[in-house]
Amino acid sequence: MSPDEAVRRFVHEGSHVAIGGCLYSRTPTAIIHEIIRQKVSGLTVSRSLLGMEGDLLVGASLLRRAITSWWSVGYAWGISRVMRNAAEQQLVAFEEWSHLSLGLRYRAAAMGVTFLPSFSMLGSDLQRVNAVETITCPYSGEKVLIVPALYPDVGIIHAQMADEAGNVQVGGYEFMDQDIARSSERVIVTVEKVVNSKEIRRHPDRTTIPFFCVDAIVKVPFGAYPSECWNLYEADFDHFAQFAQRTNKNGIDGALEYLKEFVYATESFQEFLKKIGSTRLNKLKRNMQNVLT
Amino acid sequence: MSSRKLEYSKSELIAITTARLLEDRKTIFVGIGLPMAAALLAQFTHSPNLSIMFEGGVIAPQLKPGKMPLSTNEARAGRKAMAFCSITDMFLYQQRGFLDYGLLGAAQIDKFGNLNTSVIGDFEAPKVRLPGSGGGNDIATSATRVIICVIHEKRRFVEKVDFVTSPGFLNGGDSRREAGLIFGGPYKVVTDLGILGFDSSTKALMLEAVQDGVEPNSVLENTGFHLPVASHLQKIPPPSKHELKILRSIDPEKVMLRGG
Repeated sequence: MSPDEAVRRFVHEGSHVAIGGCLYSRTPTAIIHEIIRQKVSGLTVSRSLLGMEGDLLVGASLLRRAITSWWSVGYAWGISRVMRNAAEQQLVAFEEWSHLSLGLRYRAAAMGVTFLPSFSMLGSDLQRVNAVETITCPYSGEKVLIVPALYPDVGIIHAQMADEAGNVQVGGYEFMDQDIARSSERVIVTVEKVVNSKEIRRHPDRTTIPFFCVDAIVKVPFGAYPSECWNLYEADFDHFAQFAQRTNKNGIDGALEYLKEFVYATESFQEFLKKIGSTRLNKLKRNMQNVLT
Repeated sequence: MSSRKLEYSKSELIAITTARLLEDRKTIFVGIGLPMAAALLAQFTHSPNLSIMFEGGVIAPQLKPGKMPLSTNEARAGRKAMAFCSITDMFLYQQRGFLDYGLLGAAQIDKFGNLNTSVIGDFEAPKVRLPGSGGGNDIATSATRVIICVIHEKRRFVEKVDFVTSPGFLNGGDSRREAGLIFGGPYKVVTDLGILGFDSSTKALMLEAVQDGVEPNSVLENTGFHLPVASHLQKIPPPSKHELKILRSIDPEKVMLRGG
């Protein structure tokens, strides 16, 4: 399936889209770009740490609500002005949970139960603003906080490889992808390469998401760019820095400028990558190998 | 030996002071920035067996000086790690009690060690929206000993934080326990002016030690609430040449220690 078809079929106006990966690692950028090209509006997105993709969706005026524990582009580039403008001018509802609490919300849904208990957020104002309930444990008598299950409409994940049937092998960090794949109503996985099922069967221990969780496998090499894909290519820090420079200067308009140059002006993700250039992409491949050794 | 005074920034001073508190053979949950620099400095000096954990799901990596990650969720953060796990499972290891230390920063801190990294002003209509908790709330909830690293400014040390992102001792006394937080809690606050601890019964901050050349009065002047002074106020030895050298080799481009 193409990114274009996957988004047309599964991402609709007002959808809640859960984004796999984390911050600038394995961000499913190709699908984010396609959502922006197709102008699917009124979106809720959830992600454990929301980054540049959150800023882009604000720039495209498609984001209504962000469910996250943290939102900025990255530590090195300061506090995102797009995030600040969006939240301070109340253009987007910023629903803040603790990192574990959001993880447990996906996990509850992944488990097929309606809530999970934990100690996180107890006594804090995050408990208050999210109107989260506490219960007394019937066995120990201890007070615990219970977070409600979170069932996204669509989970979008980028991985190293899968077969056509949808058996996905994620390398490196798994972040919250397994729980997102189980909790989401529909799941789109973009992959660096599609392999024969025989190859999957050779290493079944590496399959982190089995076929029955997945609705679409979309082959997009470098589909996470400018974020990293573990063992294959490093993040393009210069690209993030340039984006942050624009948005630090012009806020949401800066994000829109970026979209005009890189997303609206390109017909597909391949065309976007062409604009970035193979010299740059090859360098990111080499950088990753240096990082791991 | 030269008697010339060593030059260092506020964040270097905080990182060095924090590193000295970190005992060997412990586990520590750290975020990006100053906490990471402090943990690595401890590892490269007196605590070679300190195991670092990152929220990205990284257990006991061996980071290379000068090749620091810009987030704890990227490949550089996992260099030569012992294990990877999901983010949720990393925090669950902590909730289970496997993490001895957690290091946190904050935009605001109050006299009971509550931290704000969410908003200045009202939550729904904030004057300044900050990036948010991340794993901060979870670390403050479940790490055995939480060490807070902040630059000492009056606007940061406030009577009451605008928003409790990460719980300290809440309203003091037994209120943390009463809220259901059965373990953990803030242990020390390390600043460029000194080390603050918590009174064992009121759970309010008090000044326990001052940095080299700092008068207790100047600490009180830079604190936005009444700060009691411990009866045996300690003096913190200044950073050594060795500590500064190691710290600067870890972060030569001052990515983690850009503040102050």
